[in-house]
Amino acid sequence: MISFERVSKRYPNGREALSNVGFSVHKGEMVFLTGRSGAGKSTVLKLIALLERPTRGTVRVNGRNTQTLKSRHIAAFRRGVGVVFQDHRLLADRPIYDNVALPLAVAGTPLKEIDRRVRAALDQVGLLGRERALPLELSVGEQQRVGIARAVISKPPLLIADEPTGNLDPDLSLEVLRLFRRFQDVGVTVVIATHDMNLVREAGQRVITLEGGQVHGAGDPLPSVVASR
Amino acid sequence: MSLAVYGARHLQALLGSLGRLARSPLSTLMTLSVLGLALALPVALYLFALNAQAATGNFSSAIDMSVYFKTDTPLAKAQQLAQAARQRGDIEAVVLIPADQGLAEFRTYSGFGDALQALKENPLPHVLHVRPRAGAGASTVENLRRYFSAWPEVDLVQADAQWVMRFNAILEVLRRLLLIVAMLLGLGVVAVIGNTIRLEIQSRRAEIEVTKLVGGSNAFVRRPFLYTGVLYGLGGALLALGMVVLAIVLLQQPVAQLAHLYGSQYLLRGLLLPEVAALLGAGAALGWLGAWVASARHLRAIEPRA
Repeated sequence: MISFERVSKRYPNGREALSNVGFSVHKGEMVFLTGRSGAGKSTVLKLIALLERPTRGTVRVNGRNTQTLKSRHIAAFRRGVGVVFQDHRLLADRPIYDNVALPLAVAGTPLKEIDRRVRAALDQVGLLGRERALPLELSVGEQQRVGIARAVISKPPLLIADEPTGNLDPDLSLEVLRLFRRFQDVGVTVVIATHDMNLVREAGQRVITLEGGQVHGAGDPLPSVVASR
Repeated sequence: MSLAVYGARHLQALLGSLGRLARSPLSTLMTLSVLGLALALPVALYLFALNAQAATGNFSSAIDMSVYFKTDTPLAKAQQLAQAARQRGDIEAVVLIPADQGLAEFRTYSGFGDALQALKENPLPHVLHVRPRAGAGASTVENLRRYFSAWPEVDLVQADAQWVMRFNAILEVLRRLLLIVAMLLGLGVVAVIGNTIRLEIQSRRAEIEVTKLVGGSNAFVRRPFLYTGVLYGLGGALLALGMVVLAIVLLQQPVAQLAHLYGSQYLLRGLLLPEVAALLGAGAALGWLGAWVASARHLRAIEPRA
């Protein structure tokens, strides 16, 4: 599903965020990306979502080489990757319904179909009935769930999340983790960047650790404190 | 994507743009009035030129010339020359008014009948009234003037309607001016709409980023801005139409009165349906162009960041 081969990324300001990074994620896998701030987690996600292109090396996502993808195909590529942000990036002046419907609207989905799927997605994250609310009328945890609903509504085969629990207390974090698990259960590949080691332990999934822009450990799941699976 | 879905997406973008404009009525109205004025000015100039020409049209078709012979020219010679002039292709009619007939007419119509009785001999020359072929331009009239002046028997050639030709020349200048003004103001409309769209793109930056992030194509992101541009252009054109119609209504009566003083039934001509359509079409096209220029320049620069 995802493969990085000897990937380096140097930003225009000269900072080398990744150097010679290689790893792969299989279809249907859930992988945690950890490391200190500045270790390169965000850069890896940016390369996956094609918000950036690698300086050297090859990044393959959904079977496509992001280096050679033509600009006019970028939009279609991004429809295959659901992205969840720490600050959830909701449009503050649009109701929840519009926020969640956006990925379907850009894909040209018929309105009836959009209506059905928005309700289904909101139901999945436990927010059915809040369609007309504005994002700021919801709690932080609810806003994060709206962001997740938006990321999965077009049923992308790949879901990536950047510190999805960064602003949440432990209970809400677990709730978000359970949501991601449910998507993994239906075959979605999930990549979560986080420095919340409790969450990583709780999940008991494979962990890729970045340090100073290099893969430090791409090994086994951390031992789980509470077996949850 | 089916045609119905495609249409629905466009309708959605159109309604979205309309709603956005309606939500800030004051700034929308200000922009529209600038556009309206910019579009109304060339239309008003166009109508002015059109009306001026129509009102004087019946004069310009009659650029008659008078050819005065020297008083000692015999009538037979004058007749012979009139006959020669009739052969020319650029002349429609030649009427010879012999000196005697001229004097008789003058006696009848001038009121100097008694005074003229005192004259021993006729002071009037033979005269030719020459009507150039219909549609003759300034050069034809000038050619004819030279042709008649060249005869040794001719004393004076007078083109009665020289002022009409001057007026036509002024109209020509006006028409050229109209073209220049229309082009400049058209550019102005594009610039105003382009700038308005640029500001809107900047204020909706976050939305554009998120839309691109979830896979919105450039065309999808651009669409609402193009519709906004078209709506601005169309609104400005409608406003211009209103201004011009109002001006015509206000001018109709005084112009009719002026025409009446000149013994004419002339009525001010307003815009015809095809012209209204052209105005609205031009407004929409300029709006589209302005929005396209702005979005081509500024949308590409906005890429999602993470």
